[in-house]
Amino acid sequence: MSRIATCFAQLKQQNKKALIPFFTAGDPAPALTVPMMHAMVAAGADIIELGVPFSDPMADGPTIQRSSERALANHVGLKDILAMVKQFRQDNSATPVVLMGYANPIEAMGYEKFATQAQAAGVDGVLTVDYPPEECTAFLECLTKHDLDPIFLLAPTSVNARVAAVARAARGFVYYVSLKGVTGSANLDLTAVQARLAELRQQISLPLGVGFGIRDGAMAKAMSQFADAVVIGSRIVQEIENASPETVVARVESLVKSIRTAMDS
Amino acid sequence: MQVYDLPDARGYFGPYGGVFVAETLMQALEELKLAYEHFRFDPEFQAEYTNDLKHYVGRASPVYFAKRWSEQLGGARIYLKREDLNHTGAHKINNTIGQALLAKRMGKKRVIAETGAGQHGVASATVAARMGMECVVYMGSEDVKRQSPNVFRMKMLGATVVPVESGSKTLKDALNEAMRDWVTNVDSTFYIIGTVAGPHPYPMMVRDFQSVIGHEAMAQMPALTGRQPDAIIACVGGGSNAMGIFYPYLGLEEVRLIGVEAAGLGLASGKHAAPLNAGTPGVLHGNRTYLMQDENGQIIETHSISAGLDYPGVGPEHAWLKDSGRAEYVAVTDQEALEAFHDLCRFEGIIPALESSHALAYAAKIAPSMQRDQILLVNLSGRGDKDINTVASLSGISL
Ligand SMILES: Cc1ncc(COP(=O)(O)O)c(C=O)c1O
Repeated sequence: MSRIATCFAQLKQQNKKALIPFFTAGDPAPALTVPMMHAMVAAGADIIELGVPFSDPMADGPTIQRSSERALANHVGLKDILAMVKQFRQDNSATPVVLMGYANPIEAMGYEKFATQAQAAGVDGVLTVDYPPEECTAFLECLTKHDLDPIFLLAPTSVNARVAAVARAARGFVYYVSLKGVTGSANLDLTAVQARLAELRQQISLPLGVGFGIRDGAMAKAMSQFADAVVIGSRIVQEIENASPETVVARVESLVKSIRTAMDS
Repeated sequence: MQVYDLPDARGYFGPYGGVFVAETLMQALEELKLAYEHFRFDPEFQAEYTNDLKHYVGRASPVYFAKRWSEQLGGARIYLKREDLNHTGAHKINNTIGQALLAKRMGKKRVIAETGAGQHGVASATVAARMGMECVVYMGSEDVKRQSPNVFRMKMLGATVVPVESGSKTLKDALNEAMRDWVTNVDSTFYIIGTVAGPHPYPMMVRDFQSVIGHEAMAQMPALTGRQPDAIIACVGGGSNAMGIFYPYLGLEEVRLIGVEAAGLGLASGKHAAPLNAGTPGVLHGNRTYLMQDENGQIIETHSISAGLDYPGVGPEHAWLKDSGRAEYVAVTDQEALEAFHDLCRFEGIIPALESSHALAYAAKIAPSMQRDQILLVNLSGRGDKDINTVASLSGISL
């Protein structure tokens, strides 16, 4: 069983929901990425979503755009990020790591090379924002061959045929984008999300995560009543942006811990 | 070349094109594709489009023999397809009229656009004003500075101009921001993309709307000169004016098709905007095409004197025409474009856009070594009024 499947199975036994923090690798500094991952796990993160910075993050709001720009200013590329995951795995063999980014860095490395090296580094899942299922058949074959789970997004605008396409291609979990908008937006409608997740479950048997716009423990708790996982991105990235290099890891750890506590309360 | 019926149903021109966007936009693109498939062959839609092009834009645009300039260069005869004479001053309006008519039929009341030189922004603001639609134009803050006359024109036409401060603050960043707006307002909003790039169906749809340029030229050239030209030359930013004039000629193998990219400070300097000449394939802005990128797949900053060519990608159909060999792609520098700009002003009394000056500069390069009975047709994609500040400051003059 994959690390992601194991993780969700264990949480189910404990009657808990997955907390998935997101941050961009290399932000604020490459040397802080692995310590940040460990701190998140210590604070109660179940899966880590590690952002791969891209020069043109079309689906991201200003907060994550700026974090991409900081990471790129630190010259962090896909190769470096795979090395960071490898280093993380030296001390953690249980927590799944999902890479989240855009197609072009993967296109530039080549599918086979990327999948081989990601597997060797200990990556578990790959979410590529601008690869809808119909555009990544060859890439999916490479991921499958290397036991990497393709994670896909579904949106409020996804009609049944699209949900079916994602249901066929996805493994690990499916990520429901809770609003029409970019990351970090603030117009989340809880009731609508709840109704939609119930519908999605008729077509999708994988765990369903929800993200985009979840900003605090109360919201995470509310979402976790009907979602299997809660993804928190912009709020964490904002904490990183506002902290000094000396305090950033501790501040992120206490933020993740507060969300965990709220979710489990 | 065989009968040409690209793109395929999934929007591919060979390996290029496709629909590489976030899930939220997939359904909107499917709806757009279906709407366009329906209306592109609808006689009533076509009649309204053709009527608007005639009475509002002033088409057909003339073909003009640049006699004095040709004689000065001493070789091939150079003809100009006068898209600069269109209402709003460039070819961009051919496309915005088509897309706005589609938006109206799809019940959208708000349009958004990205713009580099501001010509597409002006053309979008123009059609929105005429149809009573709200219009928001995204423009890199760098371009807001260098194309200020167009910023003011858009505002007079009632559009909101949003300066984009992210990334390189030019056309690609304006496109990113327009995509973000579209993701957020997808139900109410029609995104009018200004060139033959973006996800399917945009590259096909924009090409079709712009191909009026080539269709007219096909009838005009024999009437004027007794035959078709030996070569057609057009500048390539995203590639819409080039695709528009090339497309009807694709089956006429004897006509050379030459696309001219911006070599900026020179291809060797790295400071240019010539992905077909010096880039590699990748995925950006919804399609697979040639891009300017580094070894990590990050898009690199481009440079061109002309805002409309300052883009790191290119329409996927050009990528395909390059690989298949049907079209040739060359590049000319800022300096060469500027010289052609001044020459056209002085020999022909026409102030060309800096974008179009790239096509002119390549004509000036090859004409002298050609025979006097040979014919070049240059797509003069726009007029240069918007560029007077740039040219003045390069000449050390403040206006
Ligand atoms: C006059 C003119 N020509 C050419 C272009 C480049 O666009 P395309 O390559 O799509 O024709 C622009 C873009 O702003 C323009 O304003």
